[in-house]
Amino acid sequence: MPGNWWLINRAYFIFMIRELTSVFIAIYLVLLLILINRIAAGPDAYRAYLAFLATPVMRAFHIVALAAALFHSITWFTLAPKGLAVRLGERRIPDAVIIGSNFAAWIVVSVLLAWIIL
Amino acid sequence: MKHSNEPIWWSLFAAGGVVAALMVPVLTLLTGIAAPAGWAREAFTYDRVAALVSHPLSRLLLFVVISLPLFHWAHRFRFTLVDLGLKGARSTIAIACYGAAVVGTVLAAFVLISL
Repeated sequence: MPGNWWLINRAYFIFMIRELTSVFIAIYLVLLLILINRIAAGPDAYRAYLAFLATPVMRAFHIVALAAALFHSITWFTLAPKGLAVRLGERRIPDAVIIGSNFAAWIVVSVLLAWIIL
Repeated sequence: MKHSNEPIWWSLFAAGGVVAALMVPVLTLLTGIAAPAGWAREAFTYDRVAALVSHPLSRLLLFVVISLPLFHWAHRFRFTLVDLGLKGARSTIAIACYGAAVVGTVLAAFVLISL
């Protein structure tokens, strides 16, 4: 199989984008860890790092990373029922219920974190 | 039957997928975009951020948020590289990817403990 199989059709291409969202998420988490390390280093280090994060390249990176993270969340929550069939007794819980509660949990967690941080 | 570590890697991948899906978008927006742009300035003053981050529960949460999605990345990236044609280097790729996630986890633990 040639290495460019994922360019052949749209479904493969979207699959590849979904795989690559994890790269942006991982890089963001490394930058977050550095932020924590800079906070530990003191106020000047913290401010200098925020200034670095405000440069155009880093700003652009975070916008792309946010899009990647949203794409990951949406696909992860939407595909979850396909990965695990949740059953209540004999009855399989409908996909829409699982997807709906995933999105509800996402909103609750996001609002809670924003409330704590802001 | 040959002993396999695959269930462990898969569990870390799945847990990391959930953690990333629930928390990474809001964190990216707040720490990656809002704080550097100077939005909600009073929320991101040094004293406030330092106090928030050093709380034991925050440290625990940050450890989970940083570590598990790194294993999620490792698992996905490993198979992506193999799918892109690097089949010959299968085990080297696995060691490099999971190894990077382990290094990230150790660094995260170190940074968060020494806060």
